[in-house]
Amino acid sequence: SGSNFSTITVCRELHEMGFHVSHSQITRLYSRFTSLDKGENGTLSREDFQRIPELAINPLGDRIINAFFPEGEDQVNFRGFMRTLAHFRPIEDNEKNKDPTASEPLNSRTNKLLFAFQLYDLDRDDKISRDELLQVLRMMVGVNISDEQLGSIADRTIQEADQNGDNSISFNEFIKVLEKVDVEQKMSIRFLH
Amino acid sequence: MGWFLLPFDNLLCIVLGISFTVGFSSLLVIVVPAVLGVSIGIRRLYMKSLLKVFEWATVRMERGAKEKNQHLYKPYSNGIIAKELSSLEQEIQELRASGTTLSSEPEFEMADIMYFCRRGVESIVDDEVTKRFSAQELESWNLLTRSNFNARHISLRLSVLWGLGLFIRYSFLLPLRVTLAASGIGLLVVLTTIVGFIPSGWLRTYLSEKIHLMSYRICVRSLTAIITYHNSENKPKNGGICVANHTTPIDVIILANDGCYSMVGQIHGGLIGVVQRAMVKSSPHIWFERSEVKDRHLVAERLSNHVADKTKHPILIFPEGTCINNTSVMMFKKGSFEIGCTVYPVAIKYDPRFGDAFWNSSKFGMVNYLLRMMSSWAIVCSVWYLPPMSREEGEDAVQFANRVKAAIATQGGLVDLLWDGGLKRGKVKNTFKEEQQKLYSKVLVGDQEDQGEDRPQEDEEELEEEDQIEDRPLEDYTPRPLEDCSLRLQEEEEERGSETPMKDQ
Repeated sequence: SGSNFSTITVCRELHEMGFHVSHSQITRLYSRFTSLDKGENGTLSREDFQRIPELAINPLGDRIINAFFPEGEDQVNFRGFMRTLAHFRPIEDNEKNKDPTASEPLNSRTNKLLFAFQLYDLDRDDKISRDELLQVLRMMVGVNISDEQLGSIADRTIQEADQNGDNSISFNEFIKVLEKVDVEQKMSIRFLH
Repeated sequence: MGWFLLPFDNLLCIVLGISFTVGFSSLLVIVVPAVLGVSIGIRRLYMKSLLKVFEWATVRMERGAKEKNQHLYKPYSNGIIAKELSSLEQEIQELRASGTTLSSEPEFEMADIMYFCRRGVESIVDDEVTKRFSAQELESWNLLTRSNFNARHISLRLSVLWGLGLFIRYSFLLPLRVTLAASGIGLLVVLTTIVGFIPSGWLRTYLSEKIHLMSYRICVRSLTAIITYHNSENKPKNGGICVANHTTPIDVIILANDGCYSMVGQIHGGLIGVVQRAMVKSSPHIWFERSEVKDRHLVAERLSNHVADKTKHPILIFPEGTCINNTSVMMFKKGSFEIGCTVYPVAIKYDPRFGDAFWNSSKFGMVNYLLRMMSSWAIVCSVWYLPPMSREEGEDAVQFANRVKAAIATQGGLVDLLWDGGLKRGKVKNTFKEEQQKLYSKVLVGDQEDQGEDRPQEDEEELEEEDQIEDRPLEDYTPRPLEDCSLRLQEEEEERGSETPMKDQ
């Protein structure tokens, strides 16, 4: 049952990460976690995520699922699950917990941008190459756009973003491109209290 | 040693005597009204007293929680997160409006990925489909461990109450109910077989109806089902099809308690098969062999023939094809709506406070499920008979199905979903992902490929009314729960079969 889990420990860990959740929110998310965990072994596999129909029809579903799994691992536990979800907490909630000595919270604007950046960066080498951009674009458009058109879209995007001429987009260049975008709102999920 | 055993022997005799007397008199008090078709009102009194106990229990738990300065876990049926129901185009435009738009078309922005990202994570936290396949969470505790999320807040008094409840449920209610159910089914089998020998005619039909109703009444009491029927003037009539939302195999008993229906389904082996074969001797139910189920034309033909004969009872069909947890109504398979007769929609809504009737077939087998049902407090539900509906001019089967589904959802207070209940087991088809990709491509390059399709621009939230699941054969009519059960048995047998060679070693 849901409350057998030591929500107090998880709560404390998450607070240290800068993720301020209430007990009821953790219990609710734990309930969700266990309902996805068909194998009932306390961890989620990629198949568990793919069983969600709305995620399965999302063109970038696989990339999003991948974001939950650390490098080279096939299972994610509840801590890891919460850690990834922490990126999507609204930023305004941080105002109550201003602690200058604490490390940057996971849901800061920079970390949200990093999350989006890593969706593009397939090989995790901290830059988005033309090839990677093409692959992600192909995922988003399917078969509806020709190779040439997609290629020119990719070229134009890199041209606009690239500043140091290495024909790829680094994280800082990515931040610059998106400086006018309301990242805080678009990459946040509001919990109903 | 003899003298030591004697008082114990006496005690045993006394205990047995009392339990037999109590058991027998309870049986009499329950069965006699069932046979006569009368209701004394014991069950409603029972229900009222239980409610009082539950309220008291919740108040105690809240008090306990307050003392520890914590909050009770309260489930929210409206969802965990706030979702924006805007379309893909709208959201991407919003993203663009805040960013720079200096480039000429085709318009791609790196920020676009955030739309898919947020939508994806939202569906991971809370999606509309998967939560329909597990039991609903309760607002207050009903003294059953299976529905408790606040175990930390239970005081001693509450635990004692729970223990008492456990004792009553398992040592008194459960054996009583099992006996009742066994007698109900036994009577059904024996009496229908006997009536089967009478030649066709009004006597046979009359007796068969009485027997069916009586047996179902006994079964209803064996589950302590407290049913309220609304709008009985709309009860299904001969020559029509009765359509209802599906939560549990018990739905059949609930409906058949109040009227005579012809069931549709696959013929099984084992006990269920025996019951099925007996039932069909005295009244025309429609059973199919497993091989026949796949033959769509054969199925449609038999149903049409049945419906054309006005002396035969209305057919009972559950178009969702699988059990849903009674918070929503999922896609209705169009097969029943193609036959072209009057459709009588029925909405069934269970009150989960007394025992959740939903059968989670991936978690529990049939026997386990029945035991859980019989050890709950009661099964309380409301049945609404909706006014009959027919297919209108210019409406195809799918639209008709959706219209009926919407009516049932509104009456029962359920969420009307377009998703297929078969997604409980099967993977969603790739075509839906391809639709999303198409929509996004349109945003990038504009509406270049106008192939002159007659279909109006669909909102991305609407799904095509074809098969939503990969590689699923057409099984429009089979009530899936029974099939699930036999599939499970098959799987278990196969597992056992592969295990034994190892054991021999």
